[in-house]
Amino acid sequence: MKNHSILKYFFGLLLSLTFIISTTAQAADTIKIGIAGSHSGDLASYGLPTVRAAQLVVRNINAKGGVNGKRVELVIEDDACKPELATNVATKLVSARVHAVIGHICSGSTKAALRTYKDAKIIVISPSATNPELTMSGQYPNFFRTIAPDDTQARLATNFAMQTLKFTRFAIIHDKGDYGKGFAEYAYKFIKSSGKGQVVLYEGITPGAVDYSAIVQKIKYAKADAVIYGGYHPEAASIVQQMRRKGMKTAFISDDGVKDQTFIKVAGAYAEGVYASGPKDTTRNPLAVAAIAEHRKGYGSEPGAFYLNAYAAVQAVLNAMNKARSTDYNAVAKALRTYQTDTPLGKIKFNKQGDAVGAGFSIYQVRKGAYVELK
Amino acid sequence: MNFFWDLFLGGITRGSIYALIALGYTMVYGILELINFAHGEIYMIGAFTALIAASILTMQGLTGISVLLLAMVIAVLYSSAYGYSVEKIAYKPLRQAPRLSPLISAIGMSIFLQNYVMLAQTSDFLPFPDLLMDVELPEAIAEWIAPSEFMIVVSAAVLMICLTLVLKFTKMGKAMRAVAQDREMAMLLGINVNRIISRTFIIGSALAAIGGVLIGSHVGRINFYIGFAAGIKAFTAAVLGGIGSIPGAMLGGLVLGLTESFATGYVSSDYENVFAFALLVLILIFKPEGLLGRSSQQKV
Repeated sequence: MKNHSILKYFFGLLLSLTFIISTTAQAADTIKIGIAGSHSGDLASYGLPTVRAAQLVVRNINAKGGVNGKRVELVIEDDACKPELATNVATKLVSARVHAVIGHICSGSTKAALRTYKDAKIIVISPSATNPELTMSGQYPNFFRTIAPDDTQARLATNFAMQTLKFTRFAIIHDKGDYGKGFAEYAYKFIKSSGKGQVVLYEGITPGAVDYSAIVQKIKYAKADAVIYGGYHPEAASIVQQMRRKGMKTAFISDDGVKDQTFIKVAGAYAEGVYASGPKDTTRNPLAVAAIAEHRKGYGSEPGAFYLNAYAAVQAVLNAMNKARSTDYNAVAKALRTYQTDTPLGKIKFNKQGDAVGAGFSIYQVRKGAYVELK
Repeated sequence: MNFFWDLFLGGITRGSIYALIALGYTMVYGILELINFAHGEIYMIGAFTALIAASILTMQGLTGISVLLLAMVIAVLYSSAYGYSVEKIAYKPLRQAPRLSPLISAIGMSIFLQNYVMLAQTSDFLPFPDLLMDVELPEAIAEWIAPSEFMIVVSAAVLMICLTLVLKFTKMGKAMRAVAQDREMAMLLGINVNRIISRTFIIGSALAAIGGVLIGSHVGRINFYIGFAAGIKAFTAAVLGGIGSIPGAMLGGLVLGLTESFATGYVSSDYENVFAFALLVLILIFKPEGLLGRSSQQKV
């Protein structure tokens, strides 16, 4: 009996405390950032590093006086990477009036939750959802991410070819494998939808064939400005070599299956000038080194998956609120797309679709027998 | 220069290489009724030998066509030795065995040689020097054809003419034809059948080695696995032309090379192999003995 009443008091206390906290929170006018992801279950290891990254960034920011003079507060919710839980989490965060959400972790739950956030006009930045559709579909203008989607390489390569190199006629060749063909299909789609380029040839080749002279002739007669090749280095080396021997100056742009020293070794002098995309090197970024050291100091362990992406996501959204001088949806979204943020992933901002520009992959070019990252 | 001509040249070039290798298949089949699956590997070994020889020769300060010729001679000698040894080790002890046994032995030899080269050399692709590009052509020809294509087509043509002459007019050629027609009868007439078989392997291997050097130099890269793809295509060419028939192998190689080239050029490279093998199936349906093959009755 006695125990029972203590429990009652305890719960009563707890309930009233929550009321106190929420009212004080409202009163103090904080910036609330929702952290949604898998914090329990099989995929907890994907979600927890994001929580820690957010806590570290927010602690640093608050120590410096917060954003726009307001303290930043985290609201952490667990969706266990389950789409059905994710919608509940989204509803909860919306009713908690968060200003932005970092998450969700898995592409499936992110997609499930996005509609709710979109209706409530809340910005969502995922550190880990790579499904291309999330940004590509254009359905979610409130969605951003700091990880490269599965189609990044193709997007990077085609944008580079069309905008930087100003090419308009493309021959897209692939090796019929999952990786190479996937790259080629996205490249085809991007060039078609951009309206700025024309795909004059789209074909698969047989890996390991005796020679590729016929396809090289086709490229030549299609009068392509550039070949976009999806596949690995042995066939790429052959095609480049046969093109150059025929005196063709057609540019050759490929993926990170070709960004390999073996390619240069085999193609020799013919490799010169070839473009290939490859993952950006973050290990030498001092901010990344510092962020990892911070995690070690704070939690006594190595950071887990997507830690740097989450770190960058929180920094980016807070920086955008700072630049926009408000937490208004339109202003922050615009700021995310306009201003660069210095993060462990490098200087990033977001494109129209919401993908991070400046994170993930870079274009490299063979210069004097080595791949050089183009800035 | 137009698209058709370029495709035609590419097809002839590729077809010449197929034909050179196919000759090895067809000659061995003509005499032993054996499909020498290790033949593609001999071609690959020829390419590797030439690569090693060319690097050493270049280091010695030689340049141009002398490197090409010397490397080719070394490759021919080395590959012939391999071809000879393969026959002695893998096929000769099985001469009286059922026909399936040497076939399995051939497949085993092929796998052995591939892995041997992979372990002894490397599993990576290696760059092959542009030996053929150093050849200078008169301007009138250079306008129409690249030096490497020219060299491949001409070398293949010269070799095939030589082979035909050897088979037609020399004593050894006569003996080879006799063994192909009827081994036992040839033996009764005093022909040393084993020696003829060895020579057949040596000639076939030499042709494959030259093919290896030419194509290696043309495409600029080799690895231990190139013998497989080339071997399959050359074997297809041999069957297409009529296995056992020497002009058939030449014709089969050219037809296959041209088909692939035109299929890629006018349809799509996605269908390169589809067209090549559809052609094979069609020819085998309407002319089961191949383009130039003689129909043979099954011996009872």
